[in-house]
Amino acid sequence: MLEVEGVSVQYGAVRALEDVSLTAEVGAITTILGANGAGKTTLLRAMSGLVHPRRGTIRFDGRVLTGRSVEQVVRAGIAHVPEGRGVIEELTVEENLRLGSLILGSRSAQKAVIAEVLELFPPLRDARNRYASSLSGGERQMLAIARALASRPKALLLDEPSLGLAPIVTARLMAVLRELSRSASLTIILVEQNARSALSIAQSAVVLNLGRVVAADTASSLAADTNLRHHYLGF
Amino acid sequence: MNFFINVTLNGISSGMIFAAMALALVLIYRATRIVNFAQGAMGMFTSFVAYSLLQQKVGYWEAFAAALAIGMVLGVVVERIFIRPLHGKAELNPVIVTIGLLIVFEGIAGTIWGSTNRGFSPPFSQTGLRVGRTSIAFSHFDLFIVASVIILMAVMLVLFRFTRAGLRMRAAAFAPETARLLGVRVGRVLTLGWALAAVAGSLAGLLVAPTTAFGPLYMDFYLVYGFTAAVVGGLDSPVGALVGGLITGLGVSYVGGYLGSSLEPLGALALLMVVLMARPEGIFARTAARRV
Amino acid sequence: MPKIPRPPKWFHLPRQPLVRHLILAIVAAGGFYLLTNDILSTYNTVLVGEIAFYAIALGGLSILTGANGQISFGHGALMAVGAYTAALLMVHTHFNLVLELLIAIGAAAIAGVIVGIPATRLKGPYLAGMTLILAVGLPLLGNQYGSVFNGDQGLVTTPPSPPGSVNPELWLTWIEILGALVIMVLLANLMKSRFGRMFRAVRDDEVAASLAGIHVARTKVIAFAVSAGCAGLAGAFLALSSGVVSSGEFPLSLSIEILAGMVLGGAGTLVGAWWGGIALVFFPQWASSISKAAGLGTGGNAYLGTIIFGAVLVLVMMLAPSGIQGGFRRVGSFADRRLFRPRGGDVTKSLQTGSE
Ligand SMILES: Nc1ncnc2c1ncn2[C@@H]1O[C@H](COP(=O)(O)OP(=O)(O)OP(=O)(O)O)[C@@H](O)[C@H]1O
Ligand SMILES: [Mg+2]
Repeated sequence: MLEVEGVSVQYGAVRALEDVSLTAEVGAITTILGANGAGKTTLLRAMSGLVHPRRGTIRFDGRVLTGRSVEQVVRAGIAHVPEGRGVIEELTVEENLRLGSLILGSRSAQKAVIAEVLELFPPLRDARNRYASSLSGGERQMLAIARALASRPKALLLDEPSLGLAPIVTARLMAVLRELSRSASLTIILVEQNARSALSIAQSAVVLNLGRVVAADTASSLAADTNLRHHYLGF
Repeated sequence: MNFFINVTLNGISSGMIFAAMALALVLIYRATRIVNFAQGAMGMFTSFVAYSLLQQKVGYWEAFAAALAIGMVLGVVVERIFIRPLHGKAELNPVIVTIGLLIVFEGIAGTIWGSTNRGFSPPFSQTGLRVGRTSIAFSHFDLFIVASVIILMAVMLVLFRFTRAGLRMRAAAFAPETARLLGVRVGRVLTLGWALAAVAGSLAGLLVAPTTAFGPLYMDFYLVYGFTAAVVGGLDSPVGALVGGLITGLGVSYVGGYLGSSLEPLGALALLMVVLMARPEGIFARTAARRV
Repeated sequence: MPKIPRPPKWFHLPRQPLVRHLILAIVAAGGFYLLTNDILSTYNTVLVGEIAFYAIALGGLSILTGANGQISFGHGALMAVGAYTAALLMVHTHFNLVLELLIAIGAAAIAGVIVGIPATRLKGPYLAGMTLILAVGLPLLGNQYGSVFNGDQGLVTTPPSPPGSVNPELWLTWIEILGALVIMVLLANLMKSRFGRMFRAVRDDEVAASLAGIHVARTKVIAFAVSAGCAGLAGAFLALSSGVVSSGEFPLSLSIEILAGMVLGGAGTLVGAWWGGIALVFFPQWASSISKAAGLGTGGNAYLGTIIFGAVLVLVMMLAPSGIQGGFRRVGSFADRRLFRPRGGDVTKSLQTGSE
C-alpha cells in the first residue's frame, strides 16, 4: 500500500503540489487525472524521490520514503516509468532490460525475470538485440514498462503511458496493466491524459487541479459524475 | 619509401599514446560533460611517482602498477573533492577547476622534482628493430606502447560491453536521471569513470616518459594532441578516441616528417578543421537527434 | 544576478554611456598617473603597465566568453599575431607608434575572423579543442619561417622615445595604460550598444536570437574579431615591454593563463579583467618574495607562484563561481542591503559594464 499524506512540492516560487493525499491499494490500479500542469508528474516524482516534498510524508508498506534518495526508493520496490518513456536509446533492448534487473543481484534471477517480461511483450523478444533508438513509439512504451517490471517491483508508477499510441495499442496496454495488477498483486499508479480509458481499468481515481486534489473516489463513481467529467476531464 | 614507412610507424606509436589520452578525456567527458585539462598533469604526476620508485631500486613493473593505482586514487580524489561539489553549476567552472589543478600539479611536481629534465629509463630497448638488414624506426618499447594501449582499449571494451558496472556507466552517461530511476547510484558510477580515466591517463604518462625530456611539463603536448584526437574522434566515443588518436598520430608524424616539426601542431589543427567542418562533433558523433 | 545597487545621490554619473565611461576613464587615468608617477617605484610601475595590457587581452576575451558564450584557448596565439605584426612593422618601416598599433590590432582581428568563421559551427568543447591546438601551433610559425621572424632569436622592437626627460619605461607604461583605458571605454560602449545586446542574445539562445532577426554566425564572428583585436593590442604591448618577440614569448601556458585570469576576474565584466591582470602579474611576484622570505631559495620560487595561482583559481571557481568581481558584487550588494541601505553602494560597481 502506497500512502501519500499532505504532500506539498515547490519548484522555486512555483507551487506544483499543495497538501495532496491519496492511498493506493495493493493489487489495484489508482489513476491520477488532471489537465496539463496539474501536478501529476510532480506527484510521481515525489513518490520516487526525484523531488523532495517541502511538507508531508509518503509511506510504502508502512515505511517512510520521504527524504530517501531515488536509489533507495527503487530498492524499496517502486519502479517509475517516466513521462516520455525514458528508454535509453544508446542501449539495446536487452541491455535496457538488464539495467532494470540489476538491483535483483543474482545473475540467474536477472536472466529469469528478463525471460519473463519478454514473454509478456512478444514484440520485444524479436527486437532484443536492436538499439532502443530503432523502436517504434509503442515498442518503446512496452520496453519502458518491461524494464520497470524487470526490477520485480511491488509498485509501478506510470506517467502517461498512452501518450502518442494508437487507440488499439493503448487498449492492449491497458489490458496488460489490468492483468498485471491482478495477477502480480502489484500496486499500480497510472497518470493519464486519456481519462476515459484510464477510468475504465482503474479501481480508484484522484483528480488534480492546479496542484490540489479536487476529487478522489472509486473510478466508477468518478466516471459517473458528469459535472466533474466536464469540468476537469473533458469528456 | 623507407622514410615513409618509418614516419608511419612513428605515427602509429605516438598515435596510440594520443589514443590513451583521448580515451581518458572521453571517459570523463561522456559521463560528466567536462573536459579534464588536468588529465595530462595527473599522468605526469603519477609517472614522477613511478620515477621516484625506480630511483629507489623498485622494479619497473612494481613502479608501473603503483603509478596506475595511484592514478586511480588521484582520479577518485579529484572527482570527489573538486568536481562533485560543482555538479549542476555553470558549465565552464569545473573545466576551469581542472585547469587550476593542471597548474597546481605541475607546480607541485616542479617543487618536488625540480624543473630540470630527467631521464626515465624504459623497460624495453628503444633502439629500432631490424627487418632483414635494415633497422626501422620501431623499437621493442614502441611495441610495448602499441600492445599496452591495445590491452587498455580491450579491457575498457570488455568492461563497458560485458559487465554490469559497464552497463551502469553507459546508462549513467547517456541518461543519468533514467539510470537513477533504475537504481543506478550515478554518483558512484561517475567516480568510477574518473578513476578509469585516470588509469588511462597514467598509462599515457608512463608510455611517454622514456621517449621525451622528462620534466613537469612533458605531458602538455600530449594533452593537446590527446584532446585533438578526442575531438577528431568525437568526444563521446571511446572507439573515436582510438581512431582519432591514430589519425592524429599519423597526421602529425607525416607533417613533421615531410614539412618540418614546427608545423606539427598546425598540421593537427588543419586535420581537426577538416574533420570538424565535415562533422562538427567528430567522426563518431552520436546521432544528433538526442541533445538539442 | 543580484541587482546592482544605485550609487549614492551625491555621485550621479550621466546616463549617456559614452559620457559616463569617458568620465570614469579620465578619473582612472588620473589615478594611474598619481600611482605611477608619485607612488610606485619604477619596477612596480612597469608591472602596472603589464597589468594594463593583460587587462586588454582579458577584457576582450571576457566579452567573447562572458557576453557571447564562446570559449577560446587561443588568445595567446592571437597576441602573437599582434606582437609579430607590430615587431615586423618596427623592423621594416618607420610608421608612428599609433599606426603600428592599429595595424597590429587589425591583423589580429583578421586572424580572429579566420578562427571565428569555423568556430561558428562548433560547440563548446570542440571550439576549445580547436583553439587549444591553435595556441600551440601558431606561435611555432615563428620558428618555421626563420627568415621572416628570425626564429628563436626573435624580432627586436623599438620602444617609443619619450618626450623630454621622461623615463622611457614610465613612458611606455603610460602608453599601455592609456591604450587599456581607451579599449575599456570602447568595449564598455560596445556592450551597451546594439552589438552588446546581440552578443548576449546569441549567448543565451541561438535559436531565439535568429528568430529575432539576428544573424547568429555573423554576430559570433564579430565577437571573435573584437576579442582578437584586443588580444592583438595586448600582444603588441607585450612585444614593446619585453623588447623582443619570439615564439617562446607565447607558450601554451600564456593562452591558458589568459583564459584562467579572465574567469578568475569574472567572465563578462571589464572590471574583472583588471582583477585578472593583477592576479597574473602579481602572483609570481608575491610568490617569489614569499619564498625568499621563507628561505626556500630561488629554485622552487617559480613554482610557488604557479601553485598559488592554480589554487586560487580552484578556490575561486568553487567558492565564488562568477569570479572575483562576481564575488565582490555579491558581498557588495549584501553589505549594501544590510549595512548601507540608506546611503547606497560603492563606486566601483557603477564601473560595471559589459554584463547585464
Ligand atoms: N522543474 C520544474 N521547475 C519549475 N517548475 C516546474 C518544474 N517541473 C514542473 N513545474 C511546474 O509545476 C507544475 C506541475 O507540473 P507537472 O509536470 O507536475 O504537471 P503535469 O500534471 O504532469 O502536466 P502534464 O499533463 O502536462 O504532463 C506546472 O506548473 C509546471 O510548470
Ligand atoms: Mg506530466
